[in-house]
Amino acid sequence: MACPIRGPFFAAMPPPDLPAPPPPITAVSPYPTRRRRWRPRTLSSQAGRPTSHTSLPPASVRAPLTPARPSSGRRFRDVVTLADQLAEAYRGFFIPPRPDKNLVDSQIMQKHEFVGHRRLALEKYLRRLAEHPVIGKSDELRVFLQAKGKLPLPTTTDVASRMMDRAVRLPKQLFGEWAAAQVVPQDIVQPAKGGRDLLRIFKELKQAVVNDWGGVKPSVVEEDKEFLDRKEKMQDLERQLTPASQQAEALIRSQQDVGETMGGLGLAFIKLTKFETEETVYSSQRIQAADTKTVATAAVKASRLYQELNAHAVKLLDTLHEYLGLTIAARSAFSDRTSALLTVQTLMSDLKTLNTRVEKLEAASSKIFGGDRSRLRKVDELRETIRVTEDAKSCAIREYERIKKNNRNELDRLDREKHDDFLSMLKGFVISQVGYSEKIASVWATIAEETSRYARDNN
Amino acid sequence: MISPETSPPRSSSQSPRSPSAAPFLSISVTDPVKLGNGVQAYISYRVITRTNLPEFQGPEKIVIRRYSDFVWLHDRLAEKYKGIFIPPLPEKSAVEKFRFSAEFIEMRRQALDIFINRIASHPELKQSEDLRTFLQEDEETMERARSQETGIFKKPADLIQIFKDVQTKVSDVVLGKEKPVEETDPDYEKLKHYIFGLEDHLAETQKQAFRLVKRHKELGQSLSDFGKAIKLLGACEGNSLGKVFSELGAKSELLSIKLQKEAHNLLMNFEEPLKDYVRAVQSIKVTFADRANAFRQHCELAETTKLKEINLDKLNLMRSDKVREAEMEYRELKAESEQATRRFETIVRLMNEEIVRFQEQKTADMGLAFHQFAKGQAKLANDIADAWRSVLPKIEACTVSSQHG
Repeated sequence: MACPIRGPFFAAMPPPDLPAPPPPITAVSPYPTRRRRWRPRTLSSQAGRPTSHTSLPPASVRAPLTPARPSSGRRFRDVVTLADQLAEAYRGFFIPPRPDKNLVDSQIMQKHEFVGHRRLALEKYLRRLAEHPVIGKSDELRVFLQAKGKLPLPTTTDVASRMMDRAVRLPKQLFGEWAAAQVVPQDIVQPAKGGRDLLRIFKELKQAVVNDWGGVKPSVVEEDKEFLDRKEKMQDLERQLTPASQQAEALIRSQQDVGETMGGLGLAFIKLTKFETEETVYSSQRIQAADTKTVATAAVKASRLYQELNAHAVKLLDTLHEYLGLTIAARSAFSDRTSALLTVQTLMSDLKTLNTRVEKLEAASSKIFGGDRSRLRKVDELRETIRVTEDAKSCAIREYERIKKNNRNELDRLDREKHDDFLSMLKGFVISQVGYSEKIASVWATIAEETSRYARDNN
Repeated sequence: MISPETSPPRSSSQSPRSPSAAPFLSISVTDPVKLGNGVQAYISYRVITRTNLPEFQGPEKIVIRRYSDFVWLHDRLAEKYKGIFIPPLPEKSAVEKFRFSAEFIEMRRQALDIFINRIASHPELKQSEDLRTFLQEDEETMERARSQETGIFKKPADLIQIFKDVQTKVSDVVLGKEKPVEETDPDYEKLKHYIFGLEDHLAETQKQAFRLVKRHKELGQSLSDFGKAIKLLGACEGNSLGKVFSELGAKSELLSIKLQKEAHNLLMNFEEPLKDYVRAVQSIKVTFADRANAFRQHCELAETTKLKEINLDKLNLMRSDKVREAEMEYRELKAESEQATRRFETIVRLMNEEIVRFQEQKTADMGLAFHQFAKGQAKLANDIADAWRSVLPKIEACTVSSQHG
């Protein structure tokens, strides 16, 4: 039986007529409406034009991006929806984490700094999504970037309304009659948590407890030692990346402060120069004013060089942040795997129970001459349930295998890319530090030379 | 007994911080030692005088002095040498004293050393008897001399208050807030305006310099923390990439140390000279007040003398028997008035010389400070470049191996 991998969302969408991957995202710009909306722009978009065209590889057709009407901009809520959709549809993949919701009060929301900060974060997020070899080609992302008009309401509605939906079926569930077709095999591919099936949630929770407390050995275990090793390494990486990225941030801020203060010093000296020049009476003053001016100019120059150096250093920080995000994404992907495994285990344990019941009923029925009609009817019902559960189990196993494969592919990809990315990050950092430090050194060396007569006179 | 040179000491236009060739008078303030406990704690300094001048007891003399001794000397000179810009002292700083950080002690020592040497190289001040007392007398005599002054300047708190009063009085008097007996010399007005403006500008640069010192320290700390974190991150990675990380981390920690060093250098050789000149400008303002007082006295006495003269003429005409008395009074008053005028004129003359000297000194001292600043920054930047550059070979090795692997 085929298990559709995508969630029910796509039932509502018309089939896409262009298979082109979404174009690389280069900018996200906010525009002023009462609720923030975001307009993703791509490569050849020009400032001020309401629509932009993308420069895609020749085979693709251009797709219009942002329509002029403000209502078709994206709200942050849409981004949250996109993230949730991707999490549902791409289990096992390392999906870059989305920016925080930052539930702050409206006063802070209006502040320019917050807007700029969020804008950058969104830009990064969308770019990373687009760079992912699988997700970058996804329909969800493409729709988000390109569809006109408002995005359709998310199907991932809150748990409360879902519970209301299913409350009607609850009594039957509690009496354990699976045959009321609660289980649609496709639903199996979604994790139980946050889903609609209360009974399934309870069962898997029970199974998890059984597993954890080690009373009963689960029928399928995570035996893949290689996987466990790599998972351990990933956790290690996360543990070290967190302080590393924090300290990198602090370093950049300190460098920034030095540059700014140097600029402030230069400015103060410029004012002093101006003052001395205006009030010159003695020749020594003129010399002093000239000296002060050269120092001021050098300080301002150095300040600018510091700022430029920092712009490069920020890229270093970016790589660390990106990989930190990936370790978090990996955690999520690994837990997809765990929950998929848990589903398999639960179903297997269910089957065991059902089969046992059938055996018992058949045994009891065979003792009665001519059979026990009510018992036999019960057996038939159970056999039906078993059949459905078997289907669900196959689906679940397929899903589990799929997620395992995704995990493995992603781990391989990460290992490959991480080495190169880290190396180029370090190289870029070192080279820019060397280059700018040399420039700053030469600025000051000139001044030291010009003022060296004062040192000589002193000795 | 070494017979000293008999040639007269050379006057003025020497490099302000160093003694002349021969004859010479060279002093160093060294060896700060903390004495006493708790609130009574203070720092004592060793003051070493080397000279070949005949007025001194010998070629070398070592005495122990504390901050209040320097204050005593400063105040005595300020009383006696009106019109001269007395070199400034570092602040009393009642708060930091309790902490007595190594940095604070070093800053103070340096400032005191500069103070005493400036006096020693000033053509007038170096001849002061009080200076010789300060440099040569034993500690008990010094303490007695110091406590005699407590009649005028009592506790530090009072001193601060009096200083504040003087400051406001100076501004009031100099800016002409107190009533109108003031000079109208346009050049002098220009000078006053210049000095007030200079104080503001210098204070601003000093503030920025101090901030820059702090930023250097903070950057040093950040580099140290970053280095540690990067090293740990490297431990996660394998082989050659891991080595790059740990080399980067090690260099980062090395640079942290260099930054702390440069922060100290910046403080002592750039920020402190700026602060020193802020104080020097404030000292000039005190001289302005002295001049204004002298001018007022001269005017008042001249006025009073004139009145007395008129009165005397009147009495003469009336052939009164009060004439003799009045004449004596008049003559006394006239002498006083002439003295006051002379005092005022001395101050004006001295100030004119002093301001030239001040500007020359300022140019030289600030020039040196700029030189130290630029030299320090250049060295720091080169050290940074060198440190990071040394990581490149490891990065290259890593790149090559990954290309082959």
